[in-house]
Amino acid sequence: MRIEQHPILEFRRGKKVKFIFDGKEYEGYEGETIAAALHAAGIRVMRESPVLHRPRGLFCAIGNCSSCLMTVNGEPNVRICTEKLREGMVVNSQKGKGVLYEKRS
Amino acid sequence: MKREVRFAEIAVVGGGPAGLCAALEAARAGARVVLLDRQDHLGGQLIKQTHRFFGSKSHRASQRGFKIAEALTREVASHPAVEVHTGATVFGFYEDGVLGVEQKGRVFYLKPARVIVATGAAERTLAFPNNDLPGIYGAGAVQTLVNVYGILPGRRVLMVGAGNIGVIVSYQLLQAGMEVAAIVEAAPVIGAYWVHAAKVRRAGVPIYTSHTIKEAYGKREVEGAVIWQLDGDGKPIPGTEKDLAVDTICLSVGLSPLIELLAQAGCRLAYVPELGGHVPLRDENLQTTVPGVYVAGDAAGVEEASAAMMEGALAGLHAAYSLGYGQQDYEARRAAIREQLEALRSGPVGEKIRRGLSKAIIQL
Ligand SMILES: Cc1cc2nc3c(=O)[nH]c(=O)nc-3n(C[C@H](O)[C@H](O)[C@H](O)COP(=O)(O)OP(=O)(O)OC[C@H]3O[C@@H](n4cnc5c(N)ncnc54)[C@H](O)[C@@H]3O)c2cc1C
Ligand code: FES
Repeated sequence: MRIEQHPILEFRRGKKVKFIFDGKEYEGYEGETIAAALHAAGIRVMRESPVLHRPRGLFCAIGNCSSCLMTVNGEPNVRICTEKLREGMVVNSQKGKGVLYEKRS
Repeated sequence: MKREVRFAEIAVVGGGPAGLCAALEAARAGARVVLLDRQDHLGGQLIKQTHRFFGSKSHRASQRGFKIAEALTREVASHPAVEVHTGATVFGFYEDGVLGVEQKGRVFYLKPARVIVATGAAERTLAFPNNDLPGIYGAGAVQTLVNVYGILPGRRVLMVGAGNIGVIVSYQLLQAGMEVAAIVEAAPVIGAYWVHAAKVRRAGVPIYTSHTIKEAYGKREVEGAVIWQLDGDGKPIPGTEKDLAVDTICLSVGLSPLIELLAQAGCRLAYVPELGGHVPLRDENLQTTVPGVYVAGDAAGVEEASAAMMEGALAGLHAAYSLGYGQQDYEARRAAIREQLEALRSGPVGEKIRRGLSKAIIQL
């Protein structure tokens, strides 16, 4: 959910951009993280743990903990809490450990 | 593989209040500084703090944290002797004193004559069933989503921990339009300053002391939490469970210094619970047991922003001085910063920090 009114802060949002998450199109803003755009759309599950397949979301939101790894434009293990959203990005939930050789050149 | 190594006088790792002040102080003394931060902006934890600051009277108290960050960032950005790199993660500290840096997919190496590590701290988690469910965050993480990006992670939150961070973030979540179901605190007393605690109480938020979280539940995301009471020995009392329908749980149960780079550098560490965990041993000038490597701010021990700024300044001053800069003003400047720092840590509030520092400060 986006905050529209705040007693102290004013949120200057960048240009509106479109991105794909698990095959569906969403909108977000330039300058925000992928995590922020997904949360704005109510999406809090980012990946599945490798062994027990438990859902995982954000924990630290500043790049410390690696709880939020997703596959972005084919590249696995991207910390989407610090990676900025860009027009046309393809973001996928990550299942298990990411595999690097899947990356397209 | 061939690697290109750039030389530098002073490298500062981390651009929070500690790193910003370290860079400024060293640059003002005449040294050339490279400041690196992995985020896209400087300011560290300060950028998400909308409340007026407590802390020392002399040091920007009563200003809002993000305003302090803006002011320091402007000063650093306009100083010709500071080269700022944002989006730059320092990923390694090698035996030969070389730092490995990744910036936007590119890797470069730096060999600074002096390094000041001001990497801050990481939020801790807590052990309870289902503590890995999406919807459970560090309090600082939710603060980032809400105050930096303007996004609410849910509608109704349980806050675990009634220290300053837990209580302040609870108030900020109310301001932003979330409902705070309760704050639980394992200790028998509220740790936060009363001004902040009184504000959330007035807003109708219950603060349960001697309580903790028993478990979280939900299928793929948090749907609720069970809290229960603790007896005098800190053991849970069966039968006191309360079930709260919340979609978000914030953990505010302390921070641990981020000391990985210092450990790689070979700095001697000590476990000092009063400072948040493992911290590097250092002298009065914040120099660690590895000559030329300094630590400052939360990485040196979890404290608060004013102390981080002064520690940064002391480290920056000494690093520049040891390279031959600022010889004339050194003693006076050093005495002035140390006096402020001591004033900040005096009295009963500073007792724990003083005890911790007595275990971490050594004669080199
Ligand atoms: C909710 C909350 C409320 C607070 N309220 C107050 C208050 O009212 N008054 C007060 O005085 N203090 C307050 N504090 C504490 C204060 O914010 C911190 O003590 C202070 O920010 C510590 O400064 P620092 O520079 O050491 O670390 P940080 O501010 O954490 O900065 C560290 C920086 O290092 C960077 N970094 C880390 N690792 C790397 C790496 N490997 N490579 C490159 N960059 C890296 C990070 O991106 C970050 O920008 C509060 C903290 C929180 C969370
Ligand atoms: S949530 Fe911790 S690294 Fe992204």
